Amino acid sequence: MSSSEHPPQPLISFSKVTCGYKEKIVFKDLSLMLFPRQFAGLVGPSGAGKSTLLKAILGISPILSGNITFAGKQVNGSVPPDVGYVPQIETVDWDFPVTVEQVVAMGLYRKSTRLPWLTGGERSVIRELLDRLNIGHYAERQIKLLSGGEQQRVFLARALVANPKLLILDEPTSGVDVKTQHAILHLLGEINRKGVTILLTTHDLNAVARHLPWVICFNQKVVAQGDPDEVFTSEVLSRTYQSDMAVFRQGDVMMVDDSPKAGHHFAKHVHGADSQDYGHHHTSHESHGHHESNEERHRH
Amino acid sequence: MNFITDPLKYEFFVHGIMAASLVGGICALIGVYIVLRRMSYIGHGLSHAVFGGAVVSTVMQWNFYIGAGTWGFLSVLLINAVARKKKVGADAAIGVITTASFAVGVAIISRYRKFTKSFEATLFGNILGVTTEDLWIIAIVVLVSALLIFVFYRQFLFTTFDAEVARIYGVPVDWVERLFSLILASVIIVSMQVMGVTMIAAGIIMPAVTARVLTDNFNKMVFLSVLLGILGGTLGMYTSFYFDVSSGATIVLVAAGFFVIAYLYQMMREKFWAFKQARDVPVLKEETPTHIHLHDESHSGFYHVHEHSHEKSEDQE
Repeated sequence: MSSSEHPPQPLISFSKVTCGYKEKIVFKDLSLMLFPRQFAGLVGPSGAGKSTLLKAILGISPILSGNITFAGKQVNGSVPPDVGYVPQIETVDWDFPVTVEQVVAMGLYRKSTRLPWLTGGERSVIRELLDRLNIGHYAERQIKLLSGGEQQRVFLARALVANPKLLILDEPTSGVDVKTQHAILHLLGEINRKGVTILLTTHDLNAVARHLPWVICFNQKVVAQGDPDEVFTSEVLSRTYQSDMAVFRQGDVMMVDDSPKAGHHFAKHVHGADSQDYGHHHTSHESHGHHESNEERHRH
Repeated sequence: MNFITDPLKYEFFVHGIMAASLVGGICALIGVYIVLRRMSYIGHGLSHAVFGGAVVSTVMQWNFYIGAGTWGFLSVLLINAVARKKKVGADAAIGVITTASFAVGVAIISRYRKFTKSFEATLFGNILGVTTEDLWIIAIVVLVSALLIFVFYRQFLFTTFDAEVARIYGVPVDWVERLFSLILASVIIVSMQVMGVTMIAAGIIMPAVTARVLTDNFNKMVFLSVLLGILGGTLGMYTSFYFDVSSGATIVLVAAGFFVIAYLYQMMREKFWAFKQARDVPVLKEETPTHIHLHDESHSGFYHVHEHSHEKSEDQE
């Protein structure tokens, strides 16, 4: 990413940040920048420190040394304003008796009147956003009664309702089916195009490769970052995951196999009868009219 | 009608019913937060911890409310601090601190046997002993607690739902937790004389759980819980008067009765809806056409599996 593509001041900047606890350092001397309007995915194995990195930005992870700035202001250990956060949906208490509208209203806390009830203005802002996210008709429904994709959109709405500059999502594609993953990442792409900077963590490398213009391979340090087309190589991913990772390309199609001993597994498929099929998939996608998404990705 | 008005001729009953409905309502209100945090055991434990403080206050000739209140508040703070240690869970922290505190009270009573009778009232409740001064203190604590919960309604809701995310969105979670601890300790102190140490936990939990069974909406749960708490306190007092049994026990038994009714109602409602759905909705036989089969695909680097047909669709034709 050249400096001419972005304004000179990063939205988030880590300068030699060490994070964790005295008995367990999660990452050390980390320097990283995220620029306004960037749409970046943070990938790495479990325990790599991805969630800790997000929480360091959010001011809830202990920072032992270094500086984190948000729009030029130091935010070490404090919660930066203008940030929307979507937690992993697995951490949500779905039995809690709250409606969709009540959850989204929580996102207005900083700007709210603090009255126990919602004002007319707050209610119309929430309803408008829910309508935009296509879940307006569920406003009065308890959150457990929605599908996985709808639940994810409720928490996305809570994060967006106060018009944040930065949206942070922890594993937004986990716990939902492939179709919903696709829809969520597509929606995030639309939000990003409206000017919101997005940083998310995910384990789904193929979804990242498909939808995100920028990826950060992270395992206690930044192993590599850039366009997934360039960064997702067997070498980089194997270093990131400390395990053999195979990346297959055919034309503009890329697929990462993240199963154990991926290289061996795929050698069998590619050289066997299935390899013809794989070629067929590539050609068939062109006739399915999905090209625009790839172009869309490169516009960022 | 005499059945309702007759007991009101007695001043002790009027005091008692006012205290019971006030205490029932406020216990039910804080019970909503306790139940939703899955910390039901804290009400039980804290009332026992406060008992230790009550005994120490009496021996040291401190004001009961200030002495026992401070003791209770410090107990909650200590529980929160110990529970944060990774090797000690919240349940174990409550168990250790509150039982130790209760044991302090028991040890002192066994040393100074002359206090036994008044502490029996503290353990099992003595509504007949509610004085005008007690009533004023109960009313003030109830009013201030309810007002604080009203003013900090959004903060309490967000913190109870997800404390970590609430912090990210700017809620001063630590202060909210401390304020809640203070409210909880105060409510338990003023409830001791009405409910008794052994029954307070039920007064806190039962109306909230009953309300939870009946609704999926937080605001409605708060309203229903308070209503059931006040109703339980009032009906419990009449039951206590007519059957001549401990008021704490009757209040809890009425609340338990409400819970059983709500539970059965909800169970029947679910069965009715299941039956109605089974009757009204025809069973759809999903037959996949033979020419459609699962097919793994790769579109622009996005690998997935979907249904695939080699036959032309009507549109294409």
